[in-house]
Amino acid sequence: MGAVIQVEHLSKQYRLGLVGTGTLRHDLNRWWHRVLGKEDPYLKIGDVNDRSSKGTSDYVWALKDINFEVPQGEVLGIIGRNGAGKSTLLKVMSRTTAPSIGRIRIRGRVASLLEVGTGFHPELTGKENVYLNGAILGMKKQEIDCKFDEIVDFAGVERYIDTPVKRYSSGMYVRLAFGVAAHLESEILIVDEVLAVGDVEFQKKSLGKMGEVSRNGGKTVLFVSHNMTSIGSLCNKVLVMKDGQVDFHGEVKSGLNHYINNMQHLADTTDLQDILRRLPQDEYFELLGFDMQQEESDGDMYVTHRPIELVFSYRILKPITGLRVGFEVMEKKSELTLFSVFHDDAYQEIIPWSPGVYASRATLDANLLREASYIINLTVCIHNVRWILNGQVKLPLEVRNLVGITALYGFEKRPGYLLPPISWENRSV
Amino acid sequence: MQTDSGQRAQLDVWDLEIEPRNRRFTLNIREVWNYGYLLMMFVRRDIVSVYKQTVLGPLWFFIQPLLTTLTFTIVFGNIAKISTDGLPQTLFYMSGITIWNYFSETLSATSSTFTSNAGIFGKVYFPRLIMPLSKVISGLLKFAIQYLLFIAFLSYFILEGSQVQLDPLGVLIVTPIVLLMMAGMGLGMGLILSALTTKYRDLTFLISFGVQLLMYATPVIYPISTMDARFSWLIEANPLSWLVEAFRKVYLGAGQLSISGLMYSFTFMMVILWVGVLVFNKVEKNFMDTV
Repeated sequence: MGAVIQVEHLSKQYRLGLVGTGTLRHDLNRWWHRVLGKEDPYLKIGDVNDRSSKGTSDYVWALKDINFEVPQGEVLGIIGRNGAGKSTLLKVMSRTTAPSIGRIRIRGRVASLLEVGTGFHPELTGKENVYLNGAILGMKKQEIDCKFDEIVDFAGVERYIDTPVKRYSSGMYVRLAFGVAAHLESEILIVDEVLAVGDVEFQKKSLGKMGEVSRNGGKTVLFVSHNMTSIGSLCNKVLVMKDGQVDFHGEVKSGLNHYINNMQHLADTTDLQDILRRLPQDEYFELLGFDMQQEESDGDMYVTHRPIELVFSYRILKPITGLRVGFEVMEKKSELTLFSVFHDDAYQEIIPWSPGVYASRATLDANLLREASYIINLTVCIHNVRWILNGQVKLPLEVRNLVGITALYGFEKRPGYLLPPISWENRSV
Repeated sequence: MQTDSGQRAQLDVWDLEIEPRNRRFTLNIREVWNYGYLLMMFVRRDIVSVYKQTVLGPLWFFIQPLLTTLTFTIVFGNIAKISTDGLPQTLFYMSGITIWNYFSETLSATSSTFTSNAGIFGKVYFPRLIMPLSKVISGLLKFAIQYLLFIAFLSYFILEGSQVQLDPLGVLIVTPIVLLMMAGMGLGMGLILSALTTKYRDLTFLISFGVQLLMYATPVIYPISTMDARFSWLIEANPLSWLVEAFRKVYLGAGQLSISGLMYSFTFMMVILWVGVLVFNKVEKNFMDTV
């Protein structure tokens, strides 16, 4: 089978910083160079898209010289850390933004799902939204007519199909939206992490639908995900991206191993010192430092089977009553997984604090968090008075289940949001 | 997709090539045509969402021109005593407002194309021109309501025996022409502004002010005949003037139905529409990086 997608020297440049300041000057400069017949002065391949080191230029390459081919019927998984260029690649492929250099050539009709329910209008009924969304995704009226019953059946919303979707539960909404997307007629399907929606039952159904699509229909699928389990079970090739470049392209198993091994050696990309320096001054409280510690972890990736210690150090500047230091652990898409402040157990903690330097330590037990990319948000407040910090200090927390992947479960991870060790007793009665 | 892709691999035919923004002009009319159903759906969405929202939603379409007419009648007619070419003030202002509103609504709806659709544009590809086109069409609903209101007032005044000369043949010919040109003008300017606002955000604040200013440079609240010779060149150079005047002439019998003026307006509209589509086309590929 020939290639249905061919990516050649694909590069994409973004301008950093505030849009508006200096663009007019740059535009004029560009124009002047063009008049003189020179090259665009800002379009030079130089900086690598590495967020940890500050580039010298205002321009950064989100994608740099990407080359790959996808043969018909292949399910290609695309993985990489946040900012590695996965989403930019998808955006360019689905034509929501143009590349700076290079080209992509595609054979067949492309359906790209960067989001489910694009263009859904709350006032319109389920039926009207199916037609609208289908049209936005490029379907013709006859196609939607044909698939309509199947979509409604898939989503399980027959009874509410003539009700405005604003009265839908979020589950129904997502199911309907995904139903439209899953029934698109196309040779190539580009999917972002839209599968990470809905309840478990529905996720299974969606994954099944996608698998069926790619195996029977000969459909070519590009699938971006953080979820290595679904990549492992759905894809037959994997593309690992790093700093806007292709780091690995090949077999799934070796690709995932490559990715996992690499993650442990990468430096922390979020500079805490930088965040701390830029925090607004507070008259009572100053955050001096924060650290997440785990045995044998280098501070970039954490494992599920060991406890994680969160250490706060801070200075109290003036006597204060009712201080609460805490944190939130959120999964990507800002779903709150866990929230904690000190004195979680009691309510009578309205004790006075005197000025000085303090340290607080919180322990997340081993096997508490499942494998996922989390964001940890530090929260500091004066109880019932005001927030001192909330949202200013957000740090990534990557938790990987190395035990599960290598040993017991293979690429299947244990389902569920939590991984507590449950004690079992088995006896014959 | 009629042929098997295996065969075409040898022929090296690609269905789609994604390339950097090129300087050559690529307006894919056929592609826009292929998305005709989407255009229809957007229009439907706009209309349905308006009438479903509140009782006041569609009612507001009546109230707004009535209040404007009342204000103009008091301020310009009674206080400033600006001539209305001997026509009843209510009808004079209402005719101007009805047609002017369609232009200004089209302009402001299309000029925010990129900024107000950033969410959807960032997720799905379809010819971006569909969006402003749908606004031009769905704006017709509002126009229709205001037009009916105007017709109702017109009938009332005619029955009351006012000195109004309705020209039925003229109405049939001129109304669609004027409407089409207003649409083209609003769309053209809207497209240019939409492209500019993606880069220079502050322009948004100037648009409503600019539209207001433009209205005063158009014979909406005064007839072209009473214009001071020192300023008349300005009004005559304004391509919108001829449209408003022609509209008023066929419905009320006062005004100027100037063929050369309309020809001038038409030429201007074609140019502005062409430039608008050109600029829009250039911006649509990369605007997601700046919004």
